[in-house]
Amino acid sequence: MADILTEGTEELLLNMGPQHPSMHGVFRMIVHLQGETVTGIEPKIGYLHRGLEKLAESRTYAQFIPYTDRLDYLASPHNNMAYCQAVEKLMGIEVPERAEYLRIILAELARIASHQVFIASAALDMAGWTAWGYPFRDRERILDLFEMVSGSRLTVNCMRIGGISHEPLPEFWPALESFLADMPEKLEEYYNIYLGNEIAQARMKKIGILTKEKAEELSITGPALRASGVQYDVRKAEPYGIYDRFDFDVPVLYGCDTFDRNLIRFMEINESLKIIQQAVRDIPEGPIMAKVPKVIKPPVGEVYHRVENPKGELGFYIVSNGTTKPERVKIRSGTFVNLQCLNEIAVGTYVQDLIASFASLDAVLGEVDK
Amino acid sequence: MKALNELPLKIAAAIRGLFADPNSIWADLTMTLIGLVLIIVVIVVAALLLIVLERKVAGWFSLRPGPNRLGPRGWFQTIADALKLLGKEDVIPARADKLMFRVAPMIVFGIPILTLTIIPFGYGMTVIDLELGVFFYLGVTSVATLAFLMAGWSSNNKYSLLGGMRAVAQMISYEIPLIFAMLGVVMLTQTFNLTKIVEAQAAIPFIFLQPLAFIIFLICGQAEVNRAPFDLLEADQEIIAGPFTEYTGLRWGLFYLGEYANLVAMCSLATTLFLGGWHGPAFLPGWAWFWLKVGLLILISMWVRWTFPRIRIDHLMHFAWKVLLPLALLNILLTGLGIYIYQLVIGG
Repeated sequence: MADILTEGTEELLLNMGPQHPSMHGVFRMIVHLQGETVTGIEPKIGYLHRGLEKLAESRTYAQFIPYTDRLDYLASPHNNMAYCQAVEKLMGIEVPERAEYLRIILAELARIASHQVFIASAALDMAGWTAWGYPFRDRERILDLFEMVSGSRLTVNCMRIGGISHEPLPEFWPALESFLADMPEKLEEYYNIYLGNEIAQARMKKIGILTKEKAEELSITGPALRASGVQYDVRKAEPYGIYDRFDFDVPVLYGCDTFDRNLIRFMEINESLKIIQQAVRDIPEGPIMAKVPKVIKPPVGEVYHRVENPKGELGFYIVSNGTTKPERVKIRSGTFVNLQCLNEIAVGTYVQDLIASFASLDAVLGEVDK
Repeated sequence: MKALNELPLKIAAAIRGLFADPNSIWADLTMTLIGLVLIIVVIVVAALLLIVLERKVAGWFSLRPGPNRLGPRGWFQTIADALKLLGKEDVIPARADKLMFRVAPMIVFGIPILTLTIIPFGYGMTVIDLELGVFFYLGVTSVATLAFLMAGWSSNNKYSLLGGMRAVAQMISYEIPLIFAMLGVVMLTQTFNLTKIVEAQAAIPFIFLQPLAFIIFLICGQAEVNRAPFDLLEADQEIIAGPFTEYTGLRWGLFYLGEYANLVAMCSLATTLFLGGWHGPAFLPGWAWFWLKVGLLILISMWVRWTFPRIRIDHLMHFAWKVLLPLALLNILLTGLGIYIYQLVIGG
């Protein structure tokens, strides 16, 4: 007994992941523990590395679009849009109005779907088994909507360089309207079963603090940044597509904690609903595909284009050497950068907080590992 | 109805009558043995039912149908689960403490058998009518924590060890308010004997005299049986399955069975202490009333489990020490005052 008292406690090295019930995808972290307190985290990534950037160099510009679906697979329209718009910017292609509106409807639907998965999985990481079912029930309707546009549900892949591949089926519009009408009520339901719960609030408030200064220093983007009191959104800061035509707010919260990183997603779903409503109201008739040459051969040059992915800023940097294949593609993915703050928000808290804080970053490993 | 009410007692008397001397030690031993076997049967049947019921309830809560393939509306699902467990390989980690590893699930399963022996399921229907019933119950259930620590430590797995440590931390927190909540009832009845406690509730169940104690008891009971929001020791999201991580097949099944048996035992005790045990309107036999009340409490427990997220370990401790314990002490004070005033007025 005397030995234990004089020697003090021993650090426990805990390997979490890549196969662990609460790790999102195949993320792995080596956690240093003193009792239940986290004293250090070593994140290990790369278990899902597919070399997408290198693959791009051996594919033609159009052939690479399906690969972008596999980046952040919960919001594939955003990835398609970022890539297509980058190539369009490089070639100077003008996209038809109707296609622009359709792209925005799809992208905002994807944002809602992605946030729904976030709410469900964040609730699940706090053992809110029941709260998991509700967002997934409504996400199903969004996936059905995607199916009516592209024929596929998860990897939507209906955007092309110069527009959109298919006109949505006629039943798409009434289904979309009824979804928009139902959603505010459902959002309240998620709130009541998940964030409104006393235990959930006690576990998340004042936990996982990411200060404004630190967030800016680590170039955190997306909801995690906006929950730390920075009102920055690429849709407003540098409007791409036709986002400058819509009237919406960029929600911002000042709590800097896990709870605010959860709550901000609820507010963003509301804003996305607003945008979709305006888009449905204003969408014009017309073609959905621009006149694009059969063989896409951008001029020599380089381009950087960024969009606001549900999880952060997604950027494509493309260098063209004048052939049908890009010289180099660099993907700046939001969650990869956001994961840097894991040490900042989780060290010094308990294991249970670590799980909740990690969930609040909404990491999708497809995007982190590329 | 009276005949139905006393049917189990009559059967018992008939078996006892088979002996040459109905009051000999051999007759007593045989009756105890039969009682123990009956309790194991009750536990197994209850677990069979409760496991599938829990999955159904979980399904209804989270918009799923739940198991719905085997048997009428899926109610035979547990049989398939149990058969699957039988077919699993029994793995003991190479560097585990093999003796402890083997013993731990047996203890977890053994405890509810012991605790259920003292519960009066109806008038005179206890296996052992213990004078210190409440005391015995508390002593025996405390051992369960040791079993979880044994399982966690002997597995030689870090997640298991964390789970075992959590089990101990949790036990220290909830056990004391639990005991103090039961003390209110003991003060009212002046006895530790569970049968006498139930008899004292013929006029009014103690839930009306001790509402605060009942609520504290329910909360601590939920912690005692390790169910959400207090399922810290097997927290899948953090420590995979806690002490059960390395267990497979039937050993794991014993833990699972033990969990539900514990739930039945805890709800039985709550029924005995607060809901008036076998008392109820005469259109149903006493033992039916008892099981109805237990079933209701089990449903409440499931309702809570599938609504709340998991509490954090330090919050649990704060809650138990700073909220539940003072409330339980306050309850004792109020009970004492109530008894004093009652005696002044009645002059007893």
